[in-house]
Parts: sequence; structure tokens; C-alpha cells
Amino acid sequence: MPQTNASNEYGYRSFSVGGFSFERDEYFAHIKWPGGSHTMPMDAFLRALMRDISWSFFYGIVNFDQVFGTTNHYGNVDVFAGLYNAGYRAQNKHHVENFKTEEVRAVFEAMLDDWTNEGFDPFAAPEETGTPFGPKRGGNRAAITRKRLVANRMTGMKGDIPLRTDAAGNPVNRQFADVSQDEPEVHAEPGFENEVHAFNFFGYVSRSDVTWNPSVCSAVKYSQVCATTEEFILPIIHGNDRVEWFVQLSDEIHWDIQDRESGAPRARVVMKPGDVAAMPADIRHQGYSPKRSMLLVWENNDATLPDLYAKKKLKPNPVDF
Amino acid sequence: MRRETRFGSLEHYEKGGVEVINDDPRNYAFSNIFEVASKSEPYEKVAVGKNLKYVLEAIRAEGTSPWYAASHDEAAIVMDGEIEIRLVKLEDKLVAEDHEGTTMLEGNPKGKKMGYIVARRGHMALLPKGAAYQFHASKPGVILLQTIRGDLTAERWKDICQK
Ligand SMILES: [Fe+2]
Repeated sequence: MPQTNASNEYGYRSFSVGGFSFERDEYFAHIKWPGGSHTMPMDAFLRALMRDISWSFFYGIVNFDQVFGTTNHYGNVDVFAGLYNAGYRAQNKHHVENFKTEEVRAVFEAMLDDWTNEGFDPFAAPEETGTPFGPKRGGNRAAITRKRLVANRMTGMKGDIPLRTDAAGNPVNRQFADVSQDEPEVHAEPGFENEVHAFNFFGYVSRSDVTWNPSVCSAVKYSQVCATTEEFILPIIHGNDRVEWFVQLSDEIHWDIQDRESGAPRARVVMKPGDVAAMPADIRHQGYSPKRSMLLVWENNDATLPDLYAKKKLKPNPVDF
Repeated sequence: MRRETRFGSLEHYEKGGVEVINDDPRNYAFSNIFEVASKSEPYEKVAVGKNLKYVLEAIRAEGTSPWYAASHDEAAIVMDGEIEIRLVKLEDKLVAEDHEGTTMLEGNPKGKKMGYIVARRGHMALLPKGAAYQFHASKPGVILLQTIRGDLTAERWKDICQK
């Protein structure tokens, strides 16, 4: 892995992957590539980096901001600058390099580990965590190595993702103190205890200690119901490589929708409890949640989809009417 | 500062919407589960989300439903009300393995009682493959069902979505 082990004057290491290099100081990440450079505030950079790693580069494009990001090709990853920015593209100032997923992951994980200071949790809402700024000050490995939770059938079933409890160290979040924690009545006849299953889904979500980090809670073949708690800003601008759907379970999120390729504004979507909306396959989106809210993100995990959308064999909108 | 968590219900829901800058709102198929259920017949299965063959159905639960089964798991999220889910292990394979979506059964299913679940708002229940299930709600409630588009799925996007 090409990177320096020496620390700079602020105590941070520098990293590189291919022609991209990454340095940090007290406030900023400085990204350079042959022919250009970019600056991101450290809080936004670490929050985006955390999601990118934790989701294994996610579905499609993870824009850290309007310039820098990654595109997942499932096995290999593009790291880019200006690739999905109309201004950069018009002047041919974009830069993109492709790497094996493991190569980017190793560099990004080491960078996140070195650059995350003690007391800063990139998954937490800003009001719940400390500052990422200043000279190097310890680390927070426990916060940045949380496992992504993917239920095989349904959360809480025997052998599947366990439920969250006070005893297991998952207290109800401060902004969900009023969410009912009652469990459903489950009356299973002998022999059917593992199949008769229900759990308090909203209660489970209310105990999430992370924001903007969907966990799969139930699966029907490739259909995945993912739950996440949202507060403040989605730290990435997600460019879809397939259609995904949102169901607003509680409170309110405002989405900025832009063209996936250029970043040109297309729409705003305001979602209130019970609202359902599709995110078409040709957009990018970023959400704003004024109060911590519960969002159901509904995904289709079929690995053949990105290619079908890219080749326009499938329309970007999910239904015609 | 303690803030109130807001959920929707049949009695009280507020809709957001799509504010267009340069787009067609139909691209977002924007609807509201409670609005759809408030205009549905009991146990009508109205698609509010569709991702190729997969659907999310909004179901108005009211009274006792027919018995259903599927060749795959389904998941029910109670969005409003209190719903009893009765489960029977099917003795005979009534739904072919390659037949997807919910199938309505005729009469009462033959098989061992598996048990029952009483679920309220926010609870999620498994409707396991190989089981017959029936819903019962003494007052109107709302279920969001994760399943595959089937014989009973109603698609009326034009009526439910922002245009
Ligand atoms: Fe997304």
C-alpha cells in the first residue's frame, strides 16, 4: 500500500492510491491528482469516507461532494474527481482511475483510522459527537469499525441479526425517547417457535446509534427492506445505479435531487410520515433531516441491474402512468 | 430538548410532495400509504412501491381477511392500528414454487396451527414461506407488505401518485 508512515506537523499520515494523494491538516482534507486538487472540510470528508467504506462503496456512485467520489463496479471501484460535474467535464478537467475494490478499501480504511480523532464518531449526528478538527488526538476505532447489519430473513429471528436492547448496549436515541418500546404478542405453537416471528421494528430503529446507515431488516429474494435513522445531512450525494425507494416512517426529510451525470438540479422531494417516493436510476440525491427521523430504504439487490440500466434496457423511472 | 416523534395514521397524515425544478413528478411515483389505505377496500393490496417484480403494498386492514399463502417469505409492517395475524402450516403445497406474489386461498387452510401474532404500529411480522396466514383487525389499520407482484396486486399509480 503506497503511503507514508511519517506524520506531518499536525500528527497525521498522508495516503495515496494510484495518482490520488490525500493529506489532512487541522481543518481540511487536501486531495490531489495529476492535473488538479480539491479541498474538503474534515467533518464532511470523514462522514462521507465512513459511509463509503462501511457500505463497501454502496450501490453506484458515492459523491463525497460535487467533485470527489467513488463509483462501485462490484469488484472494482472508480475513484474520480470532477467526473460528475458539468463544469469540470466541459473543460475536460475530470480525472478517474480504476482500482481493485480491496486496494481502495485498504487505503481508505487506513486513512479513516488515522484521521479520526478521539471523541469523533463519523456515524453520529453532529449534536451527539465531538469535533474532528485540530491536531491528531488519539483515535476512535470502535466507532469506525461497526459492522453493517444485513438480515438474512428478518431481524430478531434465531441465527439472524439480533434485536437491540438496553442490556446489549443499544439505548433508545435521545430524539426517539417517546417511541413505544412494546413488543408484539407472539404466540407460537410448540415446534413453530422459529417461524412465528415478529418484533418492534420502530423500536429497533429508535435504538440505532448511527445516522444515514441503512441496515437490512427483512428480505424477500432480492428485495431488501432497510431501516435507517437520519439526522442532519446525508454526508454523501448518492448517485443511483438502479431505482431505490424511500418510505418515510417518522418525521420529515427534504431531498435535493440532481441529474446523476451533471449535477443539474431536477427536483426537491419533501417526505412526511407515510410518504413513499422512488429515486429514479438516473439521479443523485442528498437528504436533510431536521429532527432524527426513521426512513425505510427499499433496495433491489439484484446484481444484474446496474448493467441493464447503464445499457438503457431498463427505464430509469420505476412505473409509467 | 425533547422533541416529539411524528408518525402518520389513517386519522391523521400530512403529505409532502415533489417540487419540480426540471423534471416530471411522475418519475418519483410519490404517494402516501395512509391516503392510499384510506381510499381502499378492506384487504385490497395496492402497490405503492415497485422495483421490477418486487412490490410494497399498502393494505387497509379491516375485519377478517381471506387466507393467503406465498411460495416465498413476505414481511408485514403495521403502520397503524392493531392487527392479529393467524398462521397455519400448510399440509399440501397449494402454491407452486415458481408462482410469486400473494395467493388467496379458498376457505380455511388444512394444516397445523402455527400460532398467532398481535402486532401494533411499528411492529414487523414474518409471513413465512409454506404458511397460510390471515389478518384480523377489529378497527381499521394499515399494513405495508413487502412481497412480489402477484395476482392480487392492484396497480393504480395514476390515482395514487402526484402528477
Ligand atoms: Fe440513496
